[in-house]
Amino acid sequence: MAVAAAVLVAGLLLALMVGRYPISFAELFSAIAGKLTGHAPAVPSTIDNVVWQVRGPRVASAALVGAALAIAGTAFQGLFRNPLVSPDILGASSGAALGAVLGIYFSLGVFAIQALAFLGGLLAVAAVYAIGGAVRARDPILVLVLTGVVIGALLGAGVGMVKYLADPYGQLPAMTFWLLGSLASIGAADIAPLGIPVALGTLMLLALRWRLNVMSLPDEEAKALGLPTGPLRVAIIAAATLVTSASVATAGVIGWVGLVVPHIARTLVGPDFGRLIPATALLGGGFLLLIDTLARTVSAVEIPLGILTALVGTPFFIWLLASVSKTWS
Amino acid sequence: MLFDRRTLLRGAAAATLSPRLARAAVTDASGRAISIPEEIKHVFAAGPPAAILLYTLAPDLLIGWTRSHDPEECEFLGPGGCDKPEVGRLTGRGNTTNLEVLLKLKPDLILDVGTINDTYVSLATRVQEQTGIPYALLDSRFDAIGPLYRKLGEFTHRQAQADDFARYAESTTATIKGRVDKIPEQSRPRVYYGRGPRGLETGLGGSINVETIEFLGAHNVAAERRGGMATVSVEQVLAWNPDVIITIEPMFAAALKTDPVWASVKAVQNGRVHLSPRLPFGWVDFPPSVNRLIGLWWLAKALYPEQFPEDLRPLTREFYTRFYHKTPTDAQIDSLLTGRA
Repeated sequence: MAVAAAVLVAGLLLALMVGRYPISFAELFSAIAGKLTGHAPAVPSTIDNVVWQVRGPRVASAALVGAALAIAGTAFQGLFRNPLVSPDILGASSGAALGAVLGIYFSLGVFAIQALAFLGGLLAVAAVYAIGGAVRARDPILVLVLTGVVIGALLGAGVGMVKYLADPYGQLPAMTFWLLGSLASIGAADIAPLGIPVALGTLMLLALRWRLNVMSLPDEEAKALGLPTGPLRVAIIAAATLVTSASVATAGVIGWVGLVVPHIARTLVGPDFGRLIPATALLGGGFLLLIDTLARTVSAVEIPLGILTALVGTPFFIWLLASVSKTWS
Repeated sequence: MLFDRRTLLRGAAAATLSPRLARAAVTDASGRAISIPEEIKHVFAAGPPAAILLYTLAPDLLIGWTRSHDPEECEFLGPGGCDKPEVGRLTGRGNTTNLEVLLKLKPDLILDVGTINDTYVSLATRVQEQTGIPYALLDSRFDAIGPLYRKLGEFTHRQAQADDFARYAESTTATIKGRVDKIPEQSRPRVYYGRGPRGLETGLGGSINVETIEFLGAHNVAAERRGGMATVSVEQVLAWNPDVIITIEPMFAAALKTDPVWASVKAVQNGRVHLSPRLPFGWVDFPPSVNRLIGLWWLAKALYPEQFPEDLRPLTREFYTRFYHKTPTDAQIDSLLTGRA
């Protein structure tokens, strides 16, 4: 765990040092020192701006989004007792995507687009839960997952419809870029709307860590241990959804992180959620930080995050499927 | 009954005779030979660039627009601009027109203006085979607006008017190009073209979005890569440090004035951020049609203020009167030129 934390800190520093705007280590150091000591920085204001307004927020949000998606993935995988579940299983990403493309369609401002995406994610999951809960079934978890898949597909059709109606010269490219996921436009003002829900959801999940352990047992066993599985499930889903919606609203749709990172963490620290949640947060943060650093430095043109994570995630997923078929059956 | 039979006979005669007797063979921009009727009354515009082009030359022939216009756009459009139905688009990024609806509209000609490539050629050929309606493709390249109008004139049998439009386009581009060519290399600004809600989408080198900027010999900072549209990071724009920023996003232009991050960019410091007019059609890139002609004056003035001292108001009035068939008021022109209208 200490190693993972050290790796993340080193990654943060490294990420702060590289970028398309050339900044030397000395300049970076004095910009940070200037801010910390409260003196006027001894560097040109452009460099101060790049460090504190552009690169800093971006590095911080990459780590936050990565951590958030990984935590949500861990919680959902535990809750649904399925290693192939990702944070968008209950439709959070599809709902957020629909909210965002609607915002772009109506030419709203950036914050309104993000707010719509956030609300879209929350509403989608609330709808899935309400519908899934209304269906009386022997296996409520399975019903919930299936409802999530179906509602997700419906919302996907909604996204398609809005894209179809959008102005092909102005709005359509903006929607496409948003759906591919990117942190290119992150500024200092985005940190609070991202950080607060993520922190809130993470704290909720950390507080529930022991119960999450029990919840990943079959329902009857959890009930036999005296746990109120229904309310707990709501709490866990709410926390994970808060975290997922906030990150999708800020960064667009980024797949794979929430699917792949929990597995790596589990092989490192074992299945206990008390250790697993901090470990996935560190690993997820570090992973997306690395990906985002590549996305913004490799070329003058940004590489969408969704594409890079898929390039890394797909081989891993195939490997996972191969090993799952050996051990989980 | 007799009447019905006569109508039927007349219809059959028209169907069999007219293709042979009253048709002219022409070649479109892709080199396809198409035969068009002697008389053209209704033309279906397959996409926004075609609709705008046709509207400027012959609003009476236009069956409808690909989408209906907002009230603020209608303020700048004359007859035919807002009293025609919405008929969808035929090619490009997804059809929204049903072929049966198209047949019901009975166009004499389908017109598409855009990039000429195999995809569009095969689409055109296919629709033409399915419907039996001649389908003409024209090239939307900005430096070929003259030939574009002449071809359209030939297709619609309005050669004389088309020639007027072509000469206007050619003399405008020649006048501007003539002055720009004399400007030494070092006086040509480095330009960033910002789109999207945060202004971080830009046109790469050779993209249709920056065609007029590059036509004016300015250096597109994003031209180190070639292609279409792409997202860039703020850091990258700061590193480019462009002399001029051109945008069509009012929100981005407003944010540039207050955002500390952008404050160090040369264009912002020197007050060279230009918000493009956008009514009824964009002045820089979208749709990529003849609306960019008036935009060329505006852009030239933004890039080279010394070489282009002209007052844009009379030029705008003349262009709008001639191309959009409605003379805007002075107040309209003033608000248009601020880009906010």
